[in-house]
Amino acid sequence: MAAGKSLGKRWYGQGLPYLKTGRLPGHLIVIEGTDGVGRSTQIELLRPWLELDGYAVSNTGWTRSPLLSDTINEAKAGHELTVLTFSLLYAADFADRLEHQIIPALRAGFIVIADRYMYTAFARNMVMGADPIWTRELFGFALTPDLVLYLEIDVDSLVPRVLQGKGMDYWESGMHLALGNDIFDSFKRYQGSLIDEYNVLAREFDFVTVDARRSIEAIQSDLRENVSAYLASSRRATPAAQRPGSNDRARRRS
Amino acid sequence: MIDADTRRGLLTQEHPYPGRLITVEGIDGSGKSTQLLLLDRWLAARGYQVRLTEWNSSRLVRRAMKRGKKKDLLTPTTFSLLHAVDFADRLTYQIVPPLKAGMIVLADRYVYTAFSRDVARGVHPAWVRALYGFAPRPDLALYFRVPIEVSLDRLLGGRAKLKYHEAGMDLGLATDPAQSFRLFQSRVLDIYDQLTQEFDLRVVDATGDIPTQQKVVRRLVQEVLRGYERPRRAEAVDGGR
Repeated sequence: MAAGKSLGKRWYGQGLPYLKTGRLPGHLIVIEGTDGVGRSTQIELLRPWLELDGYAVSNTGWTRSPLLSDTINEAKAGHELTVLTFSLLYAADFADRLEHQIIPALRAGFIVIADRYMYTAFARNMVMGADPIWTRELFGFALTPDLVLYLEIDVDSLVPRVLQGKGMDYWESGMHLALGNDIFDSFKRYQGSLIDEYNVLAREFDFVTVDARRSIEAIQSDLRENVSAYLASSRRATPAAQRPGSNDRARRRS
Repeated sequence: MIDADTRRGLLTQEHPYPGRLITVEGIDGSGKSTQLLLLDRWLAARGYQVRLTEWNSSRLVRRAMKRGKKKDLLTPTTFSLLHAVDFADRLTYQIVPPLKAGMIVLADRYVYTAFSRDVARGVHPAWVRALYGFAPRPDLALYFRVPIEVSLDRLLGGRAKLKYHEAGMDLGLATDPAQSFRLFQSRVLDIYDQLTQEFDLRVVDATGDIPTQQKVVRRLVQEVLRGYERPRRAEAVDGGR
């Protein structure tokens, strides 16, 4: 694979050939998991913990780019999107954040915590029936994360959590797929299929799976343990001469 | 993992629709839009049902594109992806339905514009081909070839200033817009020449006078309309021949 060995990071596909990234000593940590599983709650708890440990942290989330978040929200409201335009808009939003936010933060040695990554697009597109090979090629410009933490839940455990929270929303229930008129049934079917896809991706891409059916505290403690282990291994992989600020390193679990 | 070079998707196969898809390509100032307009008039006068669609014209990404260009937020990748969103949107609403209805679709610029311009900006050629893997192959793809200086003369004659992105100013090749245009568009021209082979674009010499070019265009279009059945008009539906 076309890889920036000198970066200590790898591109998922062709990468960004025109970009001189330089060295990227930071860490890219991704939190994946379906809607309502508690990703943002966990990220809010991870951040201060890492900062207390002396790490600078940058957050980034799906559809939050200054370039496209308005366009995506408007288009969703207008119901004019197809799986094709959806995928491309998400990819554009992601590319904008990658080039303007994630890569600069990694260059500056930050830990970047990404709330969702390209795997969310992979899972959704499978459920929506888009060509999976096309979806993956689309994200060929992405950086491969250093660590993917996957919050795994089954749909029966997810339902009460969502109903106690903000409730079932149109998109997260897959109502756009017209699986039925009943939002509850649609939610269960759509989220069930999404979770199945995430589980397949978890094996393929070597996610670290965390059981998200438990309490917030129990999940957080698992996440911290895995982040600590990753950071320790990345320090060990760094020649002493290059410390501090862990640098080019072998990939974890390789 | 991914081998984008081996897959070019639908662009390598004939499309399954009863309509006809005719596209024009060329650098800015090549005169392709003028030729397409004349073709549109001619086809309409002969009673064909025609739908015209233009690159980067969908409402969906207009605001993001405008904002991105104004604030110089666009990178080669987001520039490319926004154009792909525009294309996918127009394909869904403006291109495929008329083709299914058996109409003639005329597209002012098609995926080959992305293959040349975006690659000239630095994105990977295999990536951008994969990106547009969902695009149907045109029945006729015309390429209006013109030297840089001719197109530059036409553009500067017609309007006062070269557009920022058209001149490739975002790449920082030169501070003078005309010089930047020359540098950027010669890259684009070189790539078009390669695409001509790869995708069987039909080259039209765009230095000639307008009626002569149009004659060539009409002859090529007549070839692809051989065997084409126009959709029945409403009044002809009940069996009247």
